[in-house]
Amino acid sequence: MKLSQRMLTGGAVALALTAFAGAVQAECDWKPERPVTYIVPWGAGGGTDANSRMLASMLEAKMGQPFNVVNRTGGNGVVGHSAIANADPDGYTIGAVTVEITMMEHAGLTDLNQDDVTGIALVDIVPASVLVAADSPYQTLDELLAYAKENPGELTASGTSQGGIWHLAIAGLLNAEGMDPQAIRWVPSEGAAAGMQELIAGGVDVATPALSEGKALVESGELRALAYMNPTRMAALPDVPTTKELLGSEWTMAAFITVSGPKGLPEEITCSYEKAALEIFETPEWAEFKASRGADVVSMGSADLTEMMDQTYENLGATMKAIGIAK
Amino acid sequence: MAEVFELVFRWDVLSTIFLAACYGLFVGSVPGLTATMSVALLVPITFFLDPVPAVAAIATASATAIFAGDIPGALLRIPGTPASAAYVEEAFALTQKGQAERALATSLVSSCLGGLIGVALLAVFARQLASFAVKFSSVEYFWLGCLGLTAAVAVSSSSLVRGTLGLLIGLFISTVGIDIATGHARFTFGQLDLLDGVSFIPAMIGMFALSQVIRTVTTELDSVVPKAKVGSLSGEMVRVVRSYWKNICRSAVFGNILGALPGAGADIAAWIAYSLSKRFSKTPEKFGTGHAEGIADAGAANNSAVCGAWTPALVFGIPGDTVTAIAIGVLMLKGITPSPRVFTTDGTMVYAIFLAFALANLLMLPLGMVAIRVARQALSIPKRVLMPLILVFCIIGAYAVDNTLFSVWIMLGLGILAYFMEENGIPIAPAILGIVLGKVIEKNFLITMIKSQGEVAGFFDRPVAAVLGATTLLLWGWLVVLAVVRAARARKHAAAT
Repeated sequence: MKLSQRMLTGGAVALALTAFAGAVQAECDWKPERPVTYIVPWGAGGGTDANSRMLASMLEAKMGQPFNVVNRTGGNGVVGHSAIANADPDGYTIGAVTVEITMMEHAGLTDLNQDDVTGIALVDIVPASVLVAADSPYQTLDELLAYAKENPGELTASGTSQGGIWHLAIAGLLNAEGMDPQAIRWVPSEGAAAGMQELIAGGVDVATPALSEGKALVESGELRALAYMNPTRMAALPDVPTTKELLGSEWTMAAFITVSGPKGLPEEITCSYEKAALEIFETPEWAEFKASRGADVVSMGSADLTEMMDQTYENLGATMKAIGIAK
Repeated sequence: MAEVFELVFRWDVLSTIFLAACYGLFVGSVPGLTATMSVALLVPITFFLDPVPAVAAIATASATAIFAGDIPGALLRIPGTPASAAYVEEAFALTQKGQAERALATSLVSSCLGGLIGVALLAVFARQLASFAVKFSSVEYFWLGCLGLTAAVAVSSSSLVRGTLGLLIGLFISTVGIDIATGHARFTFGQLDLLDGVSFIPAMIGMFALSQVIRTVTTELDSVVPKAKVGSLSGEMVRVVRSYWKNICRSAVFGNILGALPGAGADIAAWIAYSLSKRFSKTPEKFGTGHAEGIADAGAANNSAVCGAWTPALVFGIPGDTVTAIAIGVLMLKGITPSPRVFTTDGTMVYAIFLAFALANLLMLPLGMVAIRVARQALSIPKRVLMPLILVFCIIGAYAVDNTLFSVWIMLGLGILAYFMEENGIPIAPAILGIVLGKVIEKNFLITMIKSQGEVAGFFDRPVAAVLGATTLLLWGWLVVLAVVRAARARKHAAAT
């Protein structure tokens, strides 16, 4: 009896406090008091993992509590994203929500979408590319597309699973150019590295991973980059033309990595993490880390990120429907 | 060359290597914790280290953890990696004969030599080896996977039929989860945790360790492991090198080449080395009863494959296994971009890493001997105390793989399945290999079929694929003929008596 009474009072006080906090401006100085779990829905060693581990270690230094990175892989990202979305919105579970959150509902994998998470900040944005092997007969994107138009279904491309983001990149490009999305057939692979290996081995004709993922192989001359699916050229590979320059449709496509929490994360916690993340993105350590991966520093807070995720959800949904992989 | 030595022989680098070796030995020898986990936990620390010690720490910890995984493997039947599952039964059989020291000494010295040979090959042939490895497309991987499966059945100490049955159970388990070609979920019963399939670490722990716990508890709780005097560890290691140096060299070269194949190589290497060992052995009948020869071969191939996995990682940025996937991230973070020119652009750095790798393998000898001496005390613990402890480690190990309780249930379920399999004479090792390779084979089969649009000719239209495919089909034919001949002979024998 006594216990429940105390709980009631406690609850009332907490409610009053929340209401109070809501009434005045959020202070944005919430700090975790015990270790935080940082869920990464993709495997160790990949781009999402590297970015998230770096951010986690810097958050750890900034907020004074350990941030434990946990790779919850599987099910094309569904497992890890569900773990983030279903966590208690108390600030002690956050994670790396990636572009796939805007796709998995369209694909019929799950009911999960970007509404089930609270975007905190954008961590990285990685535009796709069109890569061919060094000994490929195609020197330009035009030549490649012309051949695919003449001989639909003869060429193959790889870089991720069926219906994955890099599949959308090429199928969407073909569709935007008024061609059959199947004109270049998709061969699924387990990730970009496996897809690029197929390309070098001569197993497929094209790969469409992020240009940053293919950068090392392009620089070493094993692969040739025909296009960068971005409005502007990559600083590290200035010779690679953009799809905006090359194509009438100005098609672009990029994947992104965020740091996000579960749905209903209190404003105070969200803006505290947002503030910490944006401050980290301005440090020279972060700039150095980004440069080492051939990427640019991005800086986008919670509000813009949420809008971007909603926008991506619409765009990718339309693309997936157009190329016939939406359920 | 002098620069390379200068980079490595500094107190901070040497002490990092020493600490990483101790750390790798510790994590690897805790039953259920794996080499991949030891490396993943190191990553945040490498952020604060200079490039050479950072990468040296990763290389050292992975090399020592792979060997250390053999300690719980030999003593408690808990293998550390899919590769070490190839010889865990052999090593455990030696332990049950009271010769745990012999099993571990063989494992230690062959790991060390395998690692050294692997590093030497890496330093000399990395460019050529990587160019060879990336020419493997889905077809070649498909045939390689089939060869690996054949190896498991061909060497299993029970009959061909029972071995195949074990394999099929493993293959069935591997079909659980999302099929990458169509994105369809199979046998998941709506469980999110099953979308990615049955992960093999909990499966392995359950099938080997838990089944052994059940058997011990139900039949021989009061029995004592016989204590046979084997002699000193170092004496034992000298004897192993003297009798099996040819095996170690052969398997190390072989393991290195297979290890360079991204994705599947490192897992298959020890299995094929073990089966070749039996095939070429003068005493194949001793295999499976606790015989050091197979351990020497498989152990050398295992550690050499770990080095091999670095070749495509360094040269093309394509990881050979999970450890090198993490290592690539660390390399890039430290400003070393993997590329075919890495030996010229970052030459001193890369050779410094190789040197650190070699030092780690040398350091493994004395540290490993200490670890063996400490660990064998586990055998003098009464079984009534030891069995519950193993069960605890099984549960922690299964949970730690991806921090889900679900893995613990997988471990328990498959452990009970394995107990009944062994009670009925169905071997477990082929089932484990089935779980590991089933996905590789299915995935590459589907990818190849998609590429060739359903034409079977697609499996033979590349030269390497044709050779691998023909070899596999010949092996299968030979196995079937052998089985038929054996059956006929047995019938004749039965009729005569």
